[in-house]
Amino acid sequence: MGASGSNVSLARRAWAIRRNALLMGEVQGQGYIGQALGVADVLAVSYFHALRYRPDDPEWEGRDRFYLSIGHYAIALYSALIEAGILPEDEIGTYGMDDSRMPMSGMAAYTPGMEITGGSLGHGLGIAVGAALGLKRKENPAFVYNMLSDGELGEGSTWEAVMSAVQWKLDNLIAIVDFNNQQADGPTTQALAQVPEAAKWSAFGWFAQSVDGNDLDAVVAAFDAARAHDGPQPRVIICNTKMCKGIPFLEDREITHFIRVEPDEWAKALSILDEEKPQ
Amino acid sequence: MTQPELSRRRSKYTPRVAPEGAKLATSAMIASLDSEGRETRAAPFGHALVDLAKDRPDIVGLTADLSKYTDLHVFAKAYPDRFYQMGMAEAVMISAAAGLAREGFTPFATTYAVFASRRAYDFIIMAIAEENLPVKIVCALPGLTTGYGPSHQATEDLAIMRGMPNLTIIDPCCATEIDQATRAIADHPGPVYMRLLRGQVPDVLGEYGYKFQLGKAQMVRDGKDVLFVSSGFMTMRVLDAAKALQADGVDCGVLHVPTIKPLDTATIVAEAAKGGRLVVTAENHSVTGGLGEAVAAALMRAGAYVPFRQIGLPDAFLDAGALPTLHDQYGISVAAVTASVKGWL
Repeated sequence: MGASGSNVSLARRAWAIRRNALLMGEVQGQGYIGQALGVADVLAVSYFHALRYRPDDPEWEGRDRFYLSIGHYAIALYSALIEAGILPEDEIGTYGMDDSRMPMSGMAAYTPGMEITGGSLGHGLGIAVGAALGLKRKENPAFVYNMLSDGELGEGSTWEAVMSAVQWKLDNLIAIVDFNNQQADGPTTQALAQVPEAAKWSAFGWFAQSVDGNDLDAVVAAFDAARAHDGPQPRVIICNTKMCKGIPFLEDREITHFIRVEPDEWAKALSILDEEKPQ
Repeated sequence: MTQPELSRRRSKYTPRVAPEGAKLATSAMIASLDSEGRETRAAPFGHALVDLAKDRPDIVGLTADLSKYTDLHVFAKAYPDRFYQMGMAEAVMISAAAGLAREGFTPFATTYAVFASRRAYDFIIMAIAEENLPVKIVCALPGLTTGYGPSHQATEDLAIMRGMPNLTIIDPCCATEIDQATRAIADHPGPVYMRLLRGQVPDVLGEYGYKFQLGKAQMVRDGKDVLFVSSGFMTMRVLDAAKALQADGVDCGVLHVPTIKPLDTATIVAEAAKGGRLVVTAENHSVTGGLGEAVAAALMRAGAYVPFRQIGLPDAFLDAGALPTLHDQYGISVAAVTASVKGWL
């Protein structure tokens, strides 16, 4: 959402990611559409501003690695990978179906561009630590990005990785926390003392920023600052996002972790989105 | 308000019946096996890895604060820039090993068997095994090789790890085999869990002209009355028991099975089917879920209905104490194995 100047094209990308996600959600009739709509702006900035990659060669050695810890966000990442040309658009209708390359929970063996198998939360940042160490060994200047959820910060293993990244001075590691304050049983902030989130990362030694994750200008500035930061610290961008962003009648739903959408509502959501298509 | 009655914790301590002056100290036996007068070699895993790493720049080492107690300190000293001290944090050690493997390296990650199997299981299965990454997890204190009690005694690690798809599991017997197995698992393209004997490790199989082959069970000694099917240091024990039993006219064969998974069922079934022999499995592990039950299942599936007995640790939390005392108590010493077999014949 909210973009100015050169970021208008990012708004168009975010719009397309949301649209792909709604089309995939409709295939299953339910799913993690709330997260996908909420994180679409962050993914637009990731794939169309920050990341280096080659759509026709997803395993190109020079690529920036993008590790999705949160397997259930697969619908969001598939939407971005389709927009990026890494996955073909005509597979949208296969999402979550038998024999699809796009299962409901993201797995490395199934999908080009899905670097790791997520879903068991608290793994991604540790794997990212190892990959960042490996890239340094190879003197490969690529970044490792790890997208985590706020609920995932409740896993103790995440904090082992937080400490390790500082210990090894992993300035090639960028963590992206999608802070939508929604986990399976309710608000994350009512579950496990998640605030003050940025101050915690800073106290552990990270270069931490907290931004409105639905403000494209702010997200772009944060990614730029994270990449350009002059210091040995690993970097984290806490992106405060709104579940179901862009579809007001879904934004208002009280329980949105695994959203139920009535069959007629998909068309309604798509028509709302189409009316908001950025020029 | 009445308080719920809490179940009383059992009292663990029951005085051992031992003559005054015969009690052994736990500390003297930590982690090292009683070598029983055999030749020993220091840190065979660490030295093998150092040797291997000369020509393998992809090999890196990680530990969770246990390099000295897994013999990885030898590698750390030889290749300090290829050694990662990950701190007391098994989850990130395993996950980071997966990340390094993703980038083309062959990580050897070490800790104690209890911590890898119990604490790090989810990270091993999802970050490593599910993607079939070539991470080698090498773990000291397998089974009953410490007198520290259940916190350190990995008596059920094989039961835990055997359920993991893609994982190769090795339970080597001695210094010679650890040296050979370390080289073999480095060449294996998938994930490996290897039980490690560390420190001064007895050398046993060299004298039998044995050479480790990944995935292969091998006859170390022939015999017509009993067929021991054994892994880990229990092969050393049953070889000694076989000598003792020979003196009593009992002829024992020994089939050594260092690869617990994938199990060499073809060789096991073929040897068992030769007939006329009591099949006795012997393992440094709980009788639940380890080699013994794996062999029993293999024999049943193959229709090889042979007399079968199992030597292993009880399905229980074991006592603290000195290893020779505990090995006698739980039936895995040479004397206990010998007595068991005599009782079964």
